[in-house]
Amino acid sequence: MKILKTLLVTAAVSVALIANTAQAETKKIALVVKALGIGFFEAANKGAQEAAKELGDVEVIYTGPTTTTAEGQIEVINSLIAQKVDAIAVSANDTNALVPALKKAMDRGIKVISWDSGVAPEGRSMHLNPSSNPLIGNMIIKLAADNLPEGGDVAVLSATATSTNQNTWIAEMNKVLPNYKGINVVATVYGDDLADKSYRETQGLIQSHPNLKAIIAPTSVGIVAAAQAVTDAGKIGQINVTGLGLPSEMAGHVKSGASKSFAIWNPIDLGYSATMIAYDLIGGAEAKPGAELKMGRMGTVKLDDNNEGAMADPFVYDASNVEEFAKIF
Amino acid sequence: MAETQMVARHIPDRLEGRGARLVKSWETLLVAVALAIFLVNSFASPYFLDPWNLSDATFNFTEKAMIAFAMALVIISGEIDLSVASVIALTSTVMGYAVQLGFDTPALVLIGLATGLLCGAFNGLLVTGLGLPSIVVTIGTMSLFRGLSFVILGDQAFTGYPASFSWFGQGYVWWVFSFEFCLFLALAILYGVVLHKTNFGRAVYAIGNNQTAALFSGVRVGRVKFVLFLLTGLMAAVASICLTARLGSTRPSIALGWELEVVTMVVLGGVNILGGSGTIPGVVLAALIMGMVTFGFGLLNVPGIVMSIFIGLLLISVIALPILYRRFRGSR
Repeated sequence: MKILKTLLVTAAVSVALIANTAQAETKKIALVVKALGIGFFEAANKGAQEAAKELGDVEVIYTGPTTTTAEGQIEVINSLIAQKVDAIAVSANDTNALVPALKKAMDRGIKVISWDSGVAPEGRSMHLNPSSNPLIGNMIIKLAADNLPEGGDVAVLSATATSTNQNTWIAEMNKVLPNYKGINVVATVYGDDLADKSYRETQGLIQSHPNLKAIIAPTSVGIVAAAQAVTDAGKIGQINVTGLGLPSEMAGHVKSGASKSFAIWNPIDLGYSATMIAYDLIGGAEAKPGAELKMGRMGTVKLDDNNEGAMADPFVYDASNVEEFAKIF
Repeated sequence: MAETQMVARHIPDRLEGRGARLVKSWETLLVAVALAIFLVNSFASPYFLDPWNLSDATFNFTEKAMIAFAMALVIISGEIDLSVASVIALTSTVMGYAVQLGFDTPALVLIGLATGLLCGAFNGLLVTGLGLPSIVVTIGTMSLFRGLSFVILGDQAFTGYPASFSWFGQGYVWWVFSFEFCLFLALAILYGVVLHKTNFGRAVYAIGNNQTAALFSGVRVGRVKFVLFLLTGLMAAVASICLTARLGSTRPSIALGWELEVVTMVVLGGVNILGGSGTIPGVVLAALIMGMVTFGFGLLNVPGIVMSIFIGLLLISVIALPILYRRFRGSR
């Protein structure tokens, strides 16, 4: 009798299981990150879950290796291929090493995109950058100008004189400078992304430009050092430090008033957008130069000749939200 | 006077019969564990029992297992080689450099194997020539070899390996059987024969059990050990060729942390970490177990850290089980 019961239950369970897989039309999107346990990526997962909830028929598989290695990510990708997921959105530990594994995924009909940290073009159908150089260049000057309705002198504290990223952003900033009336960029100094040198360069700026109203530091090392130098010189309220920084490092300076606001990409939006794009591709959208892919509440992303796209303006952090994000990254 | 009857008494070579020994052996335990994991995996995920998926999964362990065979011999002889992952990195870097100079696949393979042998010879000379402890020597060369790789590459990567080269890491010999898996099987047989059926293999056991006694029995201890370090270097180079071909690129961080995974595989396979005992079939089974656990957990999207915890627990329990068993029997 007992055996019969067990058999019946087993049969019922297996039928239920089979039925379950049969009606499972939900699309599986895997969000593969550099390594698990990193605040930035946990936040991206939060965004991906938000997208899944909004879309309804999506299951997000948040996964990644324990350490930031390409080999670990390949093992993860292999197991995702075996599970026949519908799409893989990866932030790569290695631009090139993931290509063979991702190519195999694409051969088996899985949509592959990269976000945050890209994969070489042959290993993905598109790459989502958090932002673009023109958007960043515009944002850093806008942050300074928004707090200076009367205009005034501003200075730039950059990384090294040869830093490609910073130089590009400053060049883009100079292009849009005429749009901000009354704002004069009086100096550009280089802190070499070293805390002590950035600190000393800021002290120099404060002394040689008595009318300085804002310091723009498009580097996470520089912005913290500049805020500290302004605080130590007793210039809080006179000189506003802004630029690109990490919420966890800047929360204190925002609280003290040395920095009214700063910008960096928002990992939640990034995870959300990557999921939305993957869903759009599963739905039949094609990733090709010039194509526009849907990103839900973030609008659309337009792809350039390398099938890369920029998500949005850098996200602005100020006293209202910096505490919340400081816990994340 | 009764005639004394001479009775030929048979004294057995071993106290237990073949069957009894087989049942109680470590390998039997491993087979049981492997079967259990295989069954659990098959029930836990509908994707496990798919020839292509299983074939993909073999890449999780084949390269590490190739090194584990040579490592098993080194550990049985009472030494250890912790530089193997760094040898992979250096070998891969040198091959990548050769690609930039325009060398083709056969030359690349030869250059790779030569680099591995050189690294192994360097380790071997320091251990046998200067008599330094192998754990110290290979911790040193672990930093040295990977350091060289970092000096050459920095934050760059070597790419552009010839298409024919990628066959070593991505090619298939027949149906779902990849080149790597076939090589793994061939090396398993080769090392099994060398360790269990040759004089060299007996010498390795002899050294591991009692180095001094082995020396006085005429075993050339230094020479055998030197050959063993050459072999780990060579196997690391073979693994490096496969891994580099599979990734299609080289970075100095390639195979980071693999030395411990290889040692884990060897110890899980029943090789005594203090030397003197262990078998190649045990290592093969341990490789299969680790590969299946990694793949099975991967299919269920279990985070990697849980996998590490599981492998750790598995390792401790398989080592503790026989000791507990003996204690239990002794106390009765």
